[in-house]
Amino acid sequence: MNSSYAAVAVIAVALLTLGIGLFGLRFSRTTSDFYVASRSVSPLWNSSAIGGEYLSAASYLGIAGLVLTFGADMLWFPVGWTAGYLVLLAFVAAPLRRSGAYTLPDFTQIRVQSSVARAVASVLVVVIGWLYLMPQFQGAGLVLHTVTGAPTWVGSVMVAAIVVVNVVSGGMRSITFVQAFQYWLKLTALLVPLVFLVHAWTQDGRPTPTDAGASGAWLSPLSGDGTGIALYATYSLIVATFLGTMGLPHVVVRFYTNPDGRAARRTTLIVLALLGAFYLLPTAYGVIGRVYAGDLAGTGSADIVVLELPLRVIGGTLGDVLGALLTAGAFAAFLSTSSGLTMSLAGVLAQGSLGRRALGPVAAVRAGAVVGTVFPLGLALASDQIAVASSVGFAFAVAASTFCPLLILGIWWRRLTAAGAVAGMLAGGVGAGGAVVATIVRGTDDGWLDLLLSRPAAWSVPLAFTVMVLVSLATQHRRPSNVARTMVRLHTPERLRLDRADR
Amino acid sequence: MAPDEAPARVRITSPHTTARPRRRRTVEQEIDEETAIGEVYMRSLVRSQLRLGLAVAAALVILVGSLPLLFLLTDLDAVRIGPVPLTWWLLGVVVYPVLFGVGWVFVRASERNERAFSDLVQRP
Repeated sequence: MNSSYAAVAVIAVALLTLGIGLFGLRFSRTTSDFYVASRSVSPLWNSSAIGGEYLSAASYLGIAGLVLTFGADMLWFPVGWTAGYLVLLAFVAAPLRRSGAYTLPDFTQIRVQSSVARAVASVLVVVIGWLYLMPQFQGAGLVLHTVTGAPTWVGSVMVAAIVVVNVVSGGMRSITFVQAFQYWLKLTALLVPLVFLVHAWTQDGRPTPTDAGASGAWLSPLSGDGTGIALYATYSLIVATFLGTMGLPHVVVRFYTNPDGRAARRTTLIVLALLGAFYLLPTAYGVIGRVYAGDLAGTGSADIVVLELPLRVIGGTLGDVLGALLTAGAFAAFLSTSSGLTMSLAGVLAQGSLGRRALGPVAAVRAGAVVGTVFPLGLALASDQIAVASSVGFAFAVAASTFCPLLILGIWWRRLTAAGAVAGMLAGGVGAGGAVVATIVRGTDDGWLDLLLSRPAAWSVPLAFTVMVLVSLATQHRRPSNVARTMVRLHTPERLRLDRADR
Repeated sequence: MAPDEAPARVRITSPHTTARPRRRRTVEQEIDEETAIGEVYMRSLVRSQLRLGLAVAAALVILVGSLPLLFLLTDLDAVRIGPVPLTWWLLGVVVYPVLFGVGWVFVRASERNERAFSDLVQRP
């Protein structure tokens, strides 16, 4: 690839991101601006921002790479990531906004009135955030290396630095602008080259993946090694993604920027539309990729198929320009997801730290942003490259096994106790987290044990729910005293003048 | 008291004439004071919203969660549309408008539940 075009594109996205962030800084004056954009972001802005934040490197690059490599079964990733929002909408969106909390630890404390439960939730937020941030930084390094030949650490450090500067300077208000812009950038950056690609493919006589040597197993779902294994893998992925979305720290934090519960629902509905529109595209790249770039499958660089295609299929200056546009979109993906995660981690770290009193709330968020980024950056630089989408998959599994039971039972079941919440989160977190660690340490073979460890959600989510319910039932004498008031707060429309115990 | 003395006159009044007029308690007060009536109202709201959420979950299981089994039991792969089998179009395209549609119905229904609750609570 002609690296100068791509370098210009990357620098342009970086400057635009910083520029919009600084523009936002002009409006960002109060602590409330900093944390939640003063809760005054309209549904369309907010849903664009959610889309921008949610569509990470895993969506932008990873899906096409997985589809290219493994075929039909991988289509469940984008389906699950969208359906996760539907589950979030149906059970969590409005009550979570009405809870008035800013982070998951806040919600935990409001609902079960326990600082121990809060501490457990804080640790889990940081673990999930780091699991999610690490592949973003690694992906940035890989992409910059591919398009410009720069060493891999350059891209990782660059993304981390821009994110920290943005969060430190503008907080949530400027992040909202940046992310809303980045959703539309990502959509355009995939859509425009795809139009050219489909045109070239039509000119070429519409070769199918089968013509290019794709096997029947690639084309058919559930045709991998053994039906039982394939079925378990698919359903475990469905459980992790459908239920994990609600537990991701950067997703949840967005709900607090809605003005009220009704707006939170409408925002989520628009997000469903935005995600659905976006996810049509990576699949198309995967299919065209299988036709023209089948050699990338299984090479460890399948993640870059999206960037490679214009060069291979179109070529010339047009190919370079389209490649540069795709690279710009990829960087938007790294930057927006990392910004959102860093912002939410910074919030949790700032609230949990001793620095809050010494530094003041805004300075504590800034310090939290630096601390929250440095560690996963170190991990990304130190560890081997793993496929972006599968690493993100781990974060979903842990989120589904910890915060999903907490949110669902906390919102809908009065008998949840602090002990139950802590026990359930620990059971799910240790179960799914341990499985993730075991997978990374063991490497992969193709047995049932490997599958149970690398796709833990199908057993760890029911485990977490069961433990949370049983321990809660055993500790009914310590039910939080204000459950009735909390239920009023979570479920009643804001326009009713009721006592919500929130002032 | 001597038996031939008449009893002293006692003034008898209806309690209704001096008691404060009863004011109707609003549902908001019942909820705020966590009375049994307030609890009934709250439980009915939470139940109706939970039922709605469970309906969405059921729709999701039936419409989307059943797809792997459908793929396993039928031979949809044999049907080719363009470069890929029908299964790809279902998973890659058709599923998204379905998810949005379910969400749209949910948002309307949940806002209707809340309106009904508000009307009930604020009934004059």
